[in-house]
Amino acid sequence: MKFEDQRETVYKVDPEHPETAMLPLQRTEELLLNMGPQHPSTHGVLKVILELEGERLVKSTPVMGYLHRGVEKLAEEGTYHQFIPHTDRLDYVCAMYNNFAYCRAVEKLMNITVPERAEYLRTIVAEVQRIIGHQFWLGTQALDIGAMTVFFYTFRDREILLDWFDELCGARLTTSWYRIGGVERDLTPSLLAKLKAFLDYFPPKIDEYQVFLEKNRIWLARTKGVAVISAEDALSFGLSGPTLRGSGVDYDLRKYEPYAAYGKCDFNVPVGKNGDTYDRYWIRVMELYESVKIVRQCLEQMQDGPIMADAPSVTLPPKNRVFTNLESMIQQFKLFSRGFDAPPGEIYCGTEAHKGELGFYIVSTGGGKPYRLKIRSPSFIHMGAFDHMSRGYMIADAVTIFGTYDIVMGECDR
Amino acid sequence: MHAIAERIEHDFPNAFVGATEWRGDLAVTVKRDAVHAVARLLRDDPNIDCDYMVHVSSVDWPDDEERFEVVWEVASIRKRHRIRLKTRVPESDCVVNSLTDVWHGADFMEREVYDMMGIRFRNHPDLRRILMPDDYTEGYPLRKDFPLQGKGWRDTFEFLNESK
Repeated sequence: MKFEDQRETVYKVDPEHPETAMLPLQRTEELLLNMGPQHPSTHGVLKVILELEGERLVKSTPVMGYLHRGVEKLAEEGTYHQFIPHTDRLDYVCAMYNNFAYCRAVEKLMNITVPERAEYLRTIVAEVQRIIGHQFWLGTQALDIGAMTVFFYTFRDREILLDWFDELCGARLTTSWYRIGGVERDLTPSLLAKLKAFLDYFPPKIDEYQVFLEKNRIWLARTKGVAVISAEDALSFGLSGPTLRGSGVDYDLRKYEPYAAYGKCDFNVPVGKNGDTYDRYWIRVMELYESVKIVRQCLEQMQDGPIMADAPSVTLPPKNRVFTNLESMIQQFKLFSRGFDAPPGEIYCGTEAHKGELGFYIVSTGGGKPYRLKIRSPSFIHMGAFDHMSRGYMIADAVTIFGTYDIVMGECDR
Repeated sequence: MHAIAERIEHDFPNAFVGATEWRGDLAVTVKRDAVHAVARLLRDDPNIDCDYMVHVSSVDWPDDEERFEVVWEVASIRKRHRIRLKTRVPESDCVVNSLTDVWHGADFMEREVYDMMGIRFRNHPDLRRILMPDDYTEGYPLRKDFPLQGKGWRDTFEFLNESK
């Protein structure tokens, strides 16, 4: 159709208002907009193709895989112990919880019971990691929406915990502190003192974070009623963690099938009502208080004892013995080069990471390497609901909806 | 045998292949034509009530006659159980019915299985590659016959092949 013809058919001149014929050419059609792959709010590299009608999202198609490194393939080529550092690089913001989820899965496969002190240590560090994860989320999510202040405050406090991790295992982000059957080393008196000081320091700071956001009318307007999903849809999409609990489903693996020391701690699982971004924010902030509570209880209840399971054919020998004792050194070498003999079978083990249910599905055919290792990563599964949750909202809300899942692309693309 | 496995065997005597319970995980294998009907049963039966999609995965067994195993894991939040539904697919006819209309979450997860293993899902609304590039033609990376090093452009780097 020619240019003039189009104008003729689309805008007929009204005889009573001839001046409308002077309007410039106007057409209505859907617009495709590429968001990403390099966009500050995508937390990694993620592209989303937005189909727009005016400023409303009609359909959004996430294009992922920019950070795909084939971690599942790598897992098939290494022994079970060798895969622990790879799990750090899944969700690189919260490496401890990935280690934890993986070690739990292998322990389920090998049927190992972890000693009590190790369970408490694992719970403490996992909850510290949850605090870091939620701080990171709180800061960056508000930053993406335009509320910059809270970012500086959450990152200031996150630094304290990262330094604590540094002292614990020598790394701030890629920690690899968990071991199959236990943990790498115990908390020193200095670490204990620092953690206790932090627990006293932190709760007033959470109130501070809340003041910054909940008194901010713009931030409230951009989170309340945005990215709403019903409980039924959320379950069907497989959402988990705060993203699911925001819709009012009380599903938390820490309560649902208690693991580590969670069964011995008294804590609440906050659950939202409306299923919008604000409810998910509220849940995460409440979880910060709950994490502090859990760590306090663990520190009180923890007794002295071994930190590694009594299963020498599977667990690594203590490091000081490796350097002084020939048998231990040989054992360590064999565990890494050949691996331990896993029974044939398959297991799935899900763990409540701060993003959602991080699960490992391991198929073993015997021998030292997993035959197949599938990672159920919450970020990937949450992206599956992106189109459903974004329909009808404005372009600017797309950023809020990324934020609401707490995605990290390293985990999403694996 | 677990009550749910018995129920599936009772309702689908011809399609039921076997059930295992190991380390507390229930896995039920059915013939692939019945997957969709079994999935509907798992979701709609009030005693099973699996409303939560956990993960979709696949395993490659190159020596078996029916080479690929497709795994859907679903859970019930109210009943507190988890079920692994499995089926076998031969390499020559690598197609299985999609469960996207039963659980929405199957959409992305089945796309990932297609991308990584090359198993096609019938009635899937948007079956494209998801993690690998759209124009990737070198095969399916998680198959056992795909080399760890990858194939294609890496072979053009001489320094990588010097040791061979």
